Amino acid sequence: MSADHESTYVPKSAFERWMDARLPIIRMGADYAALPTPRNLNYWWTFGGILFLMLVIQIITGIILAMHYVPHVDHAFASVERIMRDVNYGWLVRYVHANGASMFFLAVYIHMLRGLYYGSYKAPREMIWILGVIIFLLMMATGFLGYTLPWGQMSFHGAVVITNLLGAIPVIGPGILTWIQGGFAVDQPTLNRFFSLHYLLPFVIFGVVVLHLWALHTAGQGNPVGIMIPKERLKQDTVPFHPYYTVKDGFAILLFLLLFATFVFFNPNAMGHADNYIPANPLVTPAHIVPEWYFLPFYAMLRAIPDKFGGVVVMFGAIFVLFLLPWLDTSKVRSMRYRPAMRWFFIIFVVVALGLGWCGAKLPDEMVFSLGEGSNGQPIGMNYLWLTRILTFYYFAYFLIIMPLLGLRETPLPVPDTIAAPVLDHDDAAKVPAQ
Amino acid sequence: MAHEGDPNDPNRRDFIHIAAGAAAVGAAAAAAWPLIDQMNPAADTLALASIEVDLSKVQEGQQIVVKWRGKPLFVRYRTPKEIAEAKAVPLADLKDPQPDSARVKPGHEQFLIVVGSCTHLGCVPTFGTGEYGGWFCPCHGSAYDTSGRIRKGPAPLNLQVPEYSFLSDTRVKVG
Repeated sequence: MSADHESTYVPKSAFERWMDARLPIIRMGADYAALPTPRNLNYWWTFGGILFLMLVIQIITGIILAMHYVPHVDHAFASVERIMRDVNYGWLVRYVHANGASMFFLAVYIHMLRGLYYGSYKAPREMIWILGVIIFLLMMATGFLGYTLPWGQMSFHGAVVITNLLGAIPVIGPGILTWIQGGFAVDQPTLNRFFSLHYLLPFVIFGVVVLHLWALHTAGQGNPVGIMIPKERLKQDTVPFHPYYTVKDGFAILLFLLLFATFVFFNPNAMGHADNYIPANPLVTPAHIVPEWYFLPFYAMLRAIPDKFGGVVVMFGAIFVLFLLPWLDTSKVRSMRYRPAMRWFFIIFVVVALGLGWCGAKLPDEMVFSLGEGSNGQPIGMNYLWLTRILTFYYFAYFLIIMPLLGLRETPLPVPDTIAAPVLDHDDAAKVPAQ
Repeated sequence: MAHEGDPNDPNRRDFIHIAAGAAAVGAAAAAAWPLIDQMNPAADTLALASIEVDLSKVQEGQQIVVKWRGKPLFVRYRTPKEIAEAKAVPLADLKDPQPDSARVKPGHEQFLIVVGSCTHLGCVPTFGTGEYGGWFCPCHGSAYDTSGRIRKGPAPLNLQVPEYSFLSDTRVKVG
């Protein structure tokens, strides 16, 4: 559970002893298996393992796809169709990779909300959280770059819109835009470098994941009760990672793979867009251009701001505010189990985030509800633009207003002093008031 | 100096540290520049940057779309009514004020040549739609008038008029 966990590994064979004196890699594995882990982790804690598996799946299927894909504007679309029709099991590898991206984001959003609810970002775990936000940013970049590669209509015009966001930066924007695109428009140089970077970034993610785990094992895992496990209770309150959590994570992985397989085998294009099966045409933009579902909340925020650069700032701000989260939350209680008021704001936050995603898929002028028509024939009521603005306000208020103020004003419930207490005795003997 | 030649003289040591550090930073920046600049448009990309367009192919009231620098270029043969509409708009009504005369060549007012890339985020506006009769961008709802000027929606600027010149009455060179 923490760095002071002492190695209990004893080399058994002559080979293990030889190896242990030269490269103690077996010791590293054995120490990981014996890692004392809080005994009360629930299924929300299994998404870390699921995410690691998803990263490995994406890297393996991606390397295979790169063996058949051609990063050229004249051949990219056809090479993807060749993978689908002619390459042995190409359809399977591509559908796993394409749906894998969606499943990866689904898991990462659950993982992040877990951290948000149980206060996993609070001292001493700030670095784990910050590295996690960096991984999230890298994932978004990788997902965007990968979506460009099939060179369909959505690929192409998505790349145009997203690269043009950089052009909104005052003064240096146009120069950066030409630099990123490698020309005056999204074209061959853009596709070629996007392929190169899409191949690179997953390995960068892998590297940051190693740091994420290093920070995790240094600061120690959190748990649903949100208390630090005192050294003298290490024996009672923790269990070895293997077999307890390898089995629990394994079971969760099986369930997750069931969902994944349902998409791959029964509805592989459910999360895609039909327009992306039309080859890219720089002269015509699809009538309704939307990003992949996992970008919709941020896309909605981009459109909600009437100013071009302002929209870009708000969209990126929605992610960068997460870096400050450990210092914006003023409460000393980690888990929202013991913060009844905060729990309500959290539930609203989840609904708001989903609502932003819903708004991102709609046209801004579409009506949420209509109360009839005004004298000029325009409908009266609320359109998605205004709903998005309200939801965007709550998104930022949650981090910048509610979190700092509520942490100072609320009265948390008594926090148990051991993680066994809430399970083993239901009288209040083992509980002490928080703060 | 009193301590000249003294190996413990802090000033000399500081100087050599700073000089060496500055040289290392300068060398790293010089080495990084080619790695960064290689992503800028290559010579062949820049070489493709101008085209000639035959205007006799455009019918009055229509436009043709040609590819220029990887983007669509709208070449529109405007009707007298469209020209009159474009000229009648008071400059105060415009988000990016520009008279129609500044967007066409004198004597060739019927031909409007603009880059067909929305100034918001680069989608391709559709011809003849939107409430101002020019173009309408399907991505985020920007509407342009018959002079290609932004009239409504999130786009900040008018459709860009590229650098071009008339080679003859029916031929232009763009770029």
